[in-house]
Amino acid sequence: MFGWEFPPHIAGGLGTACYGMTRGLARNDVDVTFVMPHAYGDEDQRFTRVVNASDVEALYGSTGSGADDILQKMSFIHIDSNMVPYISPEEYASYHEEFVKSGERVWSTSDVWKQRYTFSGKYGANLMEEVARYAVVAAQVAKELEGQFDVIHAHDWLTYFAGIAAKRVSGKPLVVHMHATEFDRSGENINTQTYAIERAGMHAADRVIAVSNLTRNIVINRYGVPAERVVTVHNAVRFAENSGAAPERGVDDKIITFLGRITYQKGPDYFVEAAAKVLKRVPNVRFVMAGSGDMMNHVIRRVARLGIADRFHFTGFLRGEDVHKMFQLSDVYVMPSVSEPFGISPLEAMRSNVPVIISKQSGVAEVLDYAVKVDYWDVDALADAMYSLITYPALANMFSSKGLEEVTNLKWNDAAAKIKAVYEAAIAENKNDNQ
Amino acid sequence: MKTVCLYFQVHQPWRLKKYRFFNMGKDHNYLDDLLNRSIMQKVARQCYLPMNALLLKLIKENKGKFRCSFSITGIAIEQFRAYAPEVLESFRALAETGCVEFLAETYSHSLAALASKEDFTAQVKLHMAAVKKEFGVKPTAFRNTELIYSDEIGEMVAGMGFRTMLAEGAKHVLGWKSPNYVYANAIDQKLRLLLRNYKLSDDIAFRFSDKGWDQWPLTADKYAAWLASEETPGDVINLFMDYETFGEHQTADTGIFEFMRALPKALLAKKNGLEFATVSEAAKKYQPVSVLHCPHTMSWADEERDVTAWLGNELQNEAFSKLYAQKDKVAALKSADFDYVWSFLQTSDHFYYMATKWLSDGDVHSYFNPYDSAYDAFINYMNVLSDFIIELDKAVAAKAAKSKKK
Repeated sequence: MFGWEFPPHIAGGLGTACYGMTRGLARNDVDVTFVMPHAYGDEDQRFTRVVNASDVEALYGSTGSGADDILQKMSFIHIDSNMVPYISPEEYASYHEEFVKSGERVWSTSDVWKQRYTFSGKYGANLMEEVARYAVVAAQVAKELEGQFDVIHAHDWLTYFAGIAAKRVSGKPLVVHMHATEFDRSGENINTQTYAIERAGMHAADRVIAVSNLTRNIVINRYGVPAERVVTVHNAVRFAENSGAAPERGVDDKIITFLGRITYQKGPDYFVEAAAKVLKRVPNVRFVMAGSGDMMNHVIRRVARLGIADRFHFTGFLRGEDVHKMFQLSDVYVMPSVSEPFGISPLEAMRSNVPVIISKQSGVAEVLDYAVKVDYWDVDALADAMYSLITYPALANMFSSKGLEEVTNLKWNDAAAKIKAVYEAAIAENKNDNQ
Repeated sequence: MKTVCLYFQVHQPWRLKKYRFFNMGKDHNYLDDLLNRSIMQKVARQCYLPMNALLLKLIKENKGKFRCSFSITGIAIEQFRAYAPEVLESFRALAETGCVEFLAETYSHSLAALASKEDFTAQVKLHMAAVKKEFGVKPTAFRNTELIYSDEIGEMVAGMGFRTMLAEGAKHVLGWKSPNYVYANAIDQKLRLLLRNYKLSDDIAFRFSDKGWDQWPLTADKYAAWLASEETPGDVINLFMDYETFGEHQTADTGIFEFMRALPKALLAKKNGLEFATVSEAAKKYQPVSVLHCPHTMSWADEERDVTAWLGNELQNEAFSKLYAQKDKVAALKSADFDYVWSFLQTSDHFYYMATKWLSDGDVHSYFNPYDSAYDAFINYMNVLSDFIIELDKAVAAKAAKSKKK
């Protein structure tokens, strides 16, 4: 499986999803060799390394009891690369430029909210080069592992070339997993190179897994992939034991939270406009926007202009325990995404007993009944839903208790079973083709 | 005989610590104590102490002929008390010479003059009391935060009993007129105005160490010759600058202290026909040549000489209006704790950090700026202000409940 770094080294839901999925697969008796990019910098000249499962586990903290048997079914390979999930070719170029200018090997943005990127001269000068370089190394890995795997699974377009290369070398079937399409990330103004890679990956694949029917439709209609090869497998949520008591609340007011990258795709604008409407009616509510992104400054200016900055707070990028804390402090969670292939964060909010409002344009809306669903552009409906959930306790209680029940039933084991079925179909078909 | 009027501005803000949303409601210590202490002690070591010692020496050497003026913000005085009491001592020694005048200004180096008359008056009263307490003098001249001035502000200042006020000799206000004369406020002509000669002031404050400047290096004799020459006509030459110019903006290795050590002697040389005077002395000595019309607010900051460095974008306007909306509650509460926070939240520096106009004056804006961006500054300030408002509302409600019981 060509996946991504596990939590807490994540920039969004992709790492979380990979993590849950591999655990689920292990429970379904699937052995997983997990290949991921990991920037080592200059100190080590090996391109790949096999990483001890316990070392990987150590990256995200405690080993839960009973997890050991699962880890025995997994092995890990790091490919030295500085790719990170969600990076766009433009961003990559700007980071690279910064590296060339400053000559610093490790470059972290001055903005503390942002992720840290490790840069080194040996990585590709632009993202496309790095994607190609990654594919070359991946082919090597596939050759070395010959006979040790039956199917190749690649996540997100950055690893598609790697998947294709591995397939060519090994002749094994390829499954690609669409977590987000270029149309989700950029609206209609797509990056055509990215689109081309996504398209090539899906057409080369024996099966395409889409995280929602929404995404499946995009894959079929806009990428021209035959419908029978595209399967929807909804994401699930890992039910981690909630760590102890809820953090002490500092403020008495109700808290309505937005948590995610502050980018066009996530619809932060609509959250702000709805917040202003709610604040006109009820004084005892505060809004929190947690995350960072290219629209953050724009949103701050808008909040200032609306004159609600004393009740609208920004936390910057949150990670690990802080995310959990933020959910626990929230009375309502809102995900007003303009376009969201799946959207795992509402599930995490529901797990913390928080009622959620999600946009109808999100994949997660397909699997949830106990969430308020509105059109992302319908600011009035969004404001109305916020108002109701903070004003009528009965409603909020119903959503949070039923929601918890609902989300508890979304298990990675079940999702992984579906993925396993996809593997089996791909393998069977591949065998038939070869005969 | 032309009069040279040297005036120094002394100010350090209380800088806020990184105050996150998660702190709200729990943590009411807003200040970055370590940062404030280290900056104050560094500036004291590099600027305040050596420069005060130098001025004291110059005053004694010149037997009363060398004179200058200061305004020291209340917030700076608070920090001297906390972190560098020896600086206060050295200012007291200067005050005792009788050759140094202390001006009144806003206690917090605030923008209160732009908020309302009551806020402004309260801030000035507070500062007057602090100056009286620390230096034993009652100020008679006034300088507003960053030389912010308009006809209305001048009228308010005159109404408080001041007879002299400082302002910027801004080109867009003066037009063809020279800053080197005494002017009068357009509404209340009893208030005399001294206008900063920004060219000659900035020769010291900004250009002194600039090796790309065609006049570098600047020597005391050369500078005295400029002041004395017929190219600089008028009655009074007003050299107003930040006190941190000496040893901070212009570090000791630029030779700024040597320059100042040599300046009085060079200026007072007989052939030059120059004398020193404090602000009030200079204003008293000359009749105003004209009234100065200044309907729009001006200041000494940036190329624009207006107030857009503090109130120029929506972030600053929002923070400003949310802050001053609390005024009545704070006034009604009469609590020393709340007054203290209220005072340092008004400091103009907080708004300065939120400026987004980073062109030619970016260097000055980024000086001592603890934030990465205007947006960080805004978020942090609003988090602190929000927590202050929550606590304020609680305290007001508690007080109301108490008085009801009685």
